[in-house]
Amino acid sequence: MDYRLSLIFTLPEIILSVSGMLLLLVAAWGGLKSARLISILAVVALFGSSAYALEFLTNPSFEFGGDAFYGLYRMDGFGSFAKLLIYFAAIVSLIIAPRFFKDVGSYRPEYPVLILFATVGMGMMVSAVDMMTLYIGLELNSLSAYVLASIIRNDVRSSEAGLKYFVLGSLASGMLLFGISLVYGFAGSTNFSVIADTLTGQLATGPLIGVVLVLAGLAFKISAVPFHMWTPDVYEGAPTPVTAFFASAPKVAAIALTVRVIIDAFGGQTSTWQQIIVFVALASIVLGAVAAIGQQNIKRLLAYSSINNVGFLLIGLAAGTAQGISAMLFYLVIYLAMTLGSFICVMEMRDSEGKPLESLSSLAGLSQTRPGLAAAFAIFMFSLAGIPPLFGFWGKFLVFDAAVAAGMLPLAVIGIAASVIGAFYYIKVVKIIYFDDPAGQIAKTGHKTENGLIGLMALAVSPLGYLTIPLLAPVTATAAQALF
Amino acid sequence: MNQLDFPILSLMMGLPMLAAIICLFVGAHAARLLALGTTLVLFALGVVLWANYEIGGPQWQYVERVELFGNFAWALGIDGISMMLIMLTVFLMPICIGASWESIQKRVGEYMAAFLFMEVLMIGVFAAQDIFLFYILFEAGLIPMYLIIGIWGGANRIYASYKFFLYTLLGSVVMLIAMLWMVQDAGTSDIPTLLNYDFAPEAQTWLWLAFFASFAVKMPMWPVHTWLPDAHVQAPTAGSVILAGVLLKMGGYGFLRFSLPMFPEASEQFIWLIFGLSMVAVVYTSLVALVQQDMKKLIAYSSVAHMAIVTLGLFAFNRQGIEGAIIVMLSHGLVSGALFLCVGVIYDRLHTREIDRYGGLSINMPKYALLFMLFTMASIGLPGTSGFVGEFLSLVGLYKVNSWVTLVATTGIILGAGYMLYLYRRVAFGELVHEDVKAMPDLSAREMALLAPIAAAVMWMGVYPESFMAPIRDDVGTLVARIDRAAPEGDAHLKMGQAKAVPTTLETEAGHGESH
Repeated sequence: MDYRLSLIFTLPEIILSVSGMLLLLVAAWGGLKSARLISILAVVALFGSSAYALEFLTNPSFEFGGDAFYGLYRMDGFGSFAKLLIYFAAIVSLIIAPRFFKDVGSYRPEYPVLILFATVGMGMMVSAVDMMTLYIGLELNSLSAYVLASIIRNDVRSSEAGLKYFVLGSLASGMLLFGISLVYGFAGSTNFSVIADTLTGQLATGPLIGVVLVLAGLAFKISAVPFHMWTPDVYEGAPTPVTAFFASAPKVAAIALTVRVIIDAFGGQTSTWQQIIVFVALASIVLGAVAAIGQQNIKRLLAYSSINNVGFLLIGLAAGTAQGISAMLFYLVIYLAMTLGSFICVMEMRDSEGKPLESLSSLAGLSQTRPGLAAAFAIFMFSLAGIPPLFGFWGKFLVFDAAVAAGMLPLAVIGIAASVIGAFYYIKVVKIIYFDDPAGQIAKTGHKTENGLIGLMALAVSPLGYLTIPLLAPVTATAAQALF
Repeated sequence: MNQLDFPILSLMMGLPMLAAIICLFVGAHAARLLALGTTLVLFALGVVLWANYEIGGPQWQYVERVELFGNFAWALGIDGISMMLIMLTVFLMPICIGASWESIQKRVGEYMAAFLFMEVLMIGVFAAQDIFLFYILFEAGLIPMYLIIGIWGGANRIYASYKFFLYTLLGSVVMLIAMLWMVQDAGTSDIPTLLNYDFAPEAQTWLWLAFFASFAVKMPMWPVHTWLPDAHVQAPTAGSVILAGVLLKMGGYGFLRFSLPMFPEASEQFIWLIFGLSMVAVVYTSLVALVQQDMKKLIAYSSVAHMAIVTLGLFAFNRQGIEGAIIVMLSHGLVSGALFLCVGVIYDRLHTREIDRYGGLSINMPKYALLFMLFTMASIGLPGTSGFVGEFLSLVGLYKVNSWVTLVATTGIILGAGYMLYLYRRVAFGELVHEDVKAMPDLSAREMALLAPIAAAVMWMGVYPESFMAPIRDDVGTLVARIDRAAPEGDAHLKMGQAKAVPTTLETEAGHGESH
């Protein structure tokens, strides 16, 4: 094992952790004033890591990936692709934050530092091929996330969100850890490929419980039903940029991690996990759709929407084929654009004094006071509902295509029929924005950076997005192929 | 390329798209002018399309294909059937814009943009040659129509827009799964190739049902028609025109383009379902139309009845039935559009659609009464109007297959005469009792300009239908040849007459002559 290669393969994480620690020092001495500078430097570091991830993804000499640190960590197309998405989401979360925090108090330098640490953790998650790396990555991300959720410490809701997240997250980590130890006990190793080689044939009760507990722990992290309960509360309570971050980057990381665990470690146990995933997928789609109908808070609504989307993503995983995984990766790209876009729209919902608004009713008649913002919001909503010609449709199209190709017709039919339930609350938001009389609560002018980002995301999910298919499809296919 | 050396179909989709985007950014009057100008240019392009269409030429003309999206292609091309439906679209669009000229006063730019976007999608649906492109355009129509009903609709517009959106979406999503399966089975998403691909008969059953779910809602067939009266009543006049005129035709077009040629065996297998539902629709919705108090609702129910004639004709599996169904589709597009405009004309004056509030309009609005009568007669299917040609042909085709179904379907014509004449009597005849009705002025020049072209087209189609039948003849022939193997046997069991023994003597010959 060449140590130099190990270091090269982990360069994205090394860059981020080193800059994270340095910036932490800057923050300690620089105080509040240094927040903006740290933000900028953090973005630079993320760009640096992205460059390496991109290099690993596209350079043919890294085509087959490679193991680092004696099989604890794996650099491959799949991980690199997921990392690019994570870094992108992290960068956006950093760009949108200062203005928001300034409105509600002050922008603290811990925010960018924590984002960096969380991102390191996520990078580890998507590259882990060993239960130990997986757990360390997951916890690094989670611990940073708990603090991020309660970063406005004098706000009750924010603190409550952080506490809730911490308690429930610890419970999930406990379950995961218990599952890992059971699997380790029966397989004799924490390494994914060894687990895959050892756990073959009909599983005994012990390892079966282990697998189920691992999946339960992961389901919590991706907020899939029935482990979704924390999501609406945390999404509602956390500051909006943090919510945008939670709904994007950790989601991608957790989904990618789940995919890798299931395909790499439990790949031989298809019949065991497939029924679990099918159930979780359908339950998430239906519950995410039904529970959202009564919501009055836009952030809660988007939380249920993210649960709903996870359900659709898992349909690709249920197929268990390279095509399914590739569909998931493509879906994640579109999901990022839609989710970040909608959350930035939520951030634009502030009254003339800059106070954030979150109730659906404050959106009433937005199309007459802020036509541009309203149009973007409507685009994101229709896109999340998967109505063509918006690009959100394409993600659903791909996962259902994969499910049909894998012969899972009942799953596809039930899943797509349930998507109509979800359409109801998305068009309800459009109704409020377009059909209702103006409430006039939302300030007339927006913020330039936010408007720019919203425009960018709206463009990405507009029908123009279809033009990116020839570009992205081969990349997602290669990335997915890396797992098989 | 094609006979015109430029991608006319893409141009016909790109132009309104561009205009729609511009409309969002300009003032009310500029938006109106731009929308009218664009739709007129498109009508001109439609005329070019028709003029250069080679009757008897290749089946697919003006073909374009760019592999733009990886999994599917930007593939356009039309046959005669598509062309006639595109003509219907581009013909009705300027009229819709004209109809909204004065009645729409708020958010004009967005309104015009929605209509232009709608036009892009409608042309695209009829021209798409890739099954996924078709699906995307087919479904995309929900968004502008949802906004049109919801923003500019009547009092109960929210309910109607939700119902329209969710109903049609639920109908269509399963079709997508069927399409995915088909494309994986056939290995191509190219519609012309799929048209000649034979799916296994047992798979056809499921695929047919999935497509049926979508097209039956769109058509709409009884009992999934209930979204239509709500949507029609609440939509602004022009929205109703487009809905009845073109959007309903997408269901018929879908049966014609997908269900029949792609799944002939399954189509035959489900004839009982189509015939059963259509028979109920013809009689039931006609009776419902008879008791309506709201003019738009009455016409909406009559649409359901007319569309049932279309499905009956289509599933007759023979030339007369299918040609008749296409003509009914075109004719209904014109006539119901015109009838909704007629309702719009008096609605703009009195702001009510209640039939009892009117009466005696032939006294103070003679021009209006005349045109309204023409369209009423066309809706009934009076010879000399477009309605007659289509209904007659459909029923002739149907008679070859099943006399009893034809018998029931024909009662629809009688009931149709009943409710339309009853409507006309209550609106146009009788005494002018209401003061406010007395004060209503006759058709303005603008309204005349909207209704007169439709009247001309209706008469043209009624008197010389050959112009409309010539382009579709070969395509119907191709379709009939394709589905012939599954065509049902007629129930008439015609027996060839036995010729009498050949008479040789002069006497018997004379006797034979007498018998004539």
